[in-house]
Amino acid sequence: MSDDANAFQTALALILGRDPDLVGIVVLSLQISLTAVLIAALIGLPLGAALALWRFPGHSVIVVALNALMGLPPVVAGLSVYLLLSRAGPLGELGMLFTPGAMVIAQIILVLPIIAALARQQVEELFQEYREQLTSLGLSRLRMIPTLLWDARLGLVTVVLAGFGRASAEVGAVMIVGGNIDGVTRVMTTAIVLETSKGNLPLALGLGLVLLSLVALVNAAAYLMSETARRRLG
Amino acid sequence: MNDMTTLPVTDAPPLEMQGVTFIHRGQRLLEPLDLHLTGCRRTLVMGPNGAGKSLLMRLAHGLLTPSAGRVHWEGRPPRQAMVFQRPVLLRRSALANLAYALAVNGTPRRDRKPRARQALERFGLAALEKRPARVLSGGEQQRLALARAWLLDPEVLFLDEPTSALDPAAIKAVEDAVQEFHNRGTRIVMSSHDLHQARRLADDVLFLCRGRLIEHTPTETFFTAPASSQARAFIRGDLVL
Repeated sequence: MSDDANAFQTALALILGRDPDLVGIVVLSLQISLTAVLIAALIGLPLGAALALWRFPGHSVIVVALNALMGLPPVVAGLSVYLLLSRAGPLGELGMLFTPGAMVIAQIILVLPIIAALARQQVEELFQEYREQLTSLGLSRLRMIPTLLWDARLGLVTVVLAGFGRASAEVGAVMIVGGNIDGVTRVMTTAIVLETSKGNLPLALGLGLVLLSLVALVNAAAYLMSETARRRLG
Repeated sequence: MNDMTTLPVTDAPPLEMQGVTFIHRGQRLLEPLDLHLTGCRRTLVMGPNGAGKSLLMRLAHGLLTPSAGRVHWEGRPPRQAMVFQRPVLLRRSALANLAYALAVNGTPRRDRKPRARQALERFGLAALEKRPARVLSGGEQQRLALARAWLLDPEVLFLDEPTSALDPAAIKAVEDAVQEFHNRGTRIVMSSHDLHQARRLADDVLFLCRGRLIEHTPTETFFTAPASSQARAFIRGDLVL
């Protein structure tokens, strides 16, 4: 019990003292997750909108697949990227395994289905409402996409946040493709696993606290933003 | 008011509907319908709820494709706009809503805001230009929708029960707007179940009942000498089922 209390105090000291190891890990984690979410959003939002606007053979297969992939276990995503990028794999020549780039790819695979599937639902709802008006104005489906994405923006913030939550919280994928190399590919979640198994509870706990507060902070900011906008825009 | 000789001239192509039928999930919602609309008239589509008024307008405007028959503009399709019962406005300011419509129809960027402001002014919305469109009152929203249609300079304007959810002052504003469109030479096709509105506005009346076009006559004739028992009952104020 007193050990835990000590660990908590030490963790606070590490955070407040901006321990360079800790800061390095936090910055790398944010870089990787934010990059992955950004790329996944750039692909996933238009993809979700397209799925909401067009019906084609195989449409429901894609929708079901995306929904299923929302629950893809991170280790499976990690393993797939590992096989792809390993020396003997089809993309082995890129030499990307155990680099932050590989971790970004793995997280994109985890986040993209969430963003695309949830964006599809949001845009579909709005499309029902806007369809006749936009058609009457003479817009093609393709030109409706930016309009719908922009008008669904309040809901889509939450969608992207859900993606960020998944990216920053998962450990299995980045562990496999990143390798948890100190100073190169060590992020918050993999460091927590390592430090816990080593018995270095203060650092593990400190990282856990930072991770928790970061996620809380990002969510609070997004919530405030969308609430003010909602009140303003009606 | 209903004197045909004073109607403004228009070169909007006539609309020809031949045997237009609409079937949805095995149910025939519109019986084969023939219709010819020309000139710059104000046609009111009348009838009880579920008569097929909205359906007819959507088919004519091209939002729906008929199950059988054809909708045909003689010559070229005209510039058209439609105002809906519940205005659909984008989640941005009143001004931005109008600028958006101008952007869609290819107006150069520098002309959009000035023209949008003129339209806001014309429809008494100048003070509200920065307000988000979706927090405006029902009447203001409908006027904004009319201002948007105005900017598209339509040759044919469809209005689907534009006043059914509004109070008398807002109804007056919408009817005045319709009159302005008319003066500009726009052909009006508007659905309503308000007989007084038809008396005030219409040059001719299309009377629908249970998916059938029952009468298409000048307003005067419709009210003084309706040919069908359904129209007589409707005018008397009986419940027409």
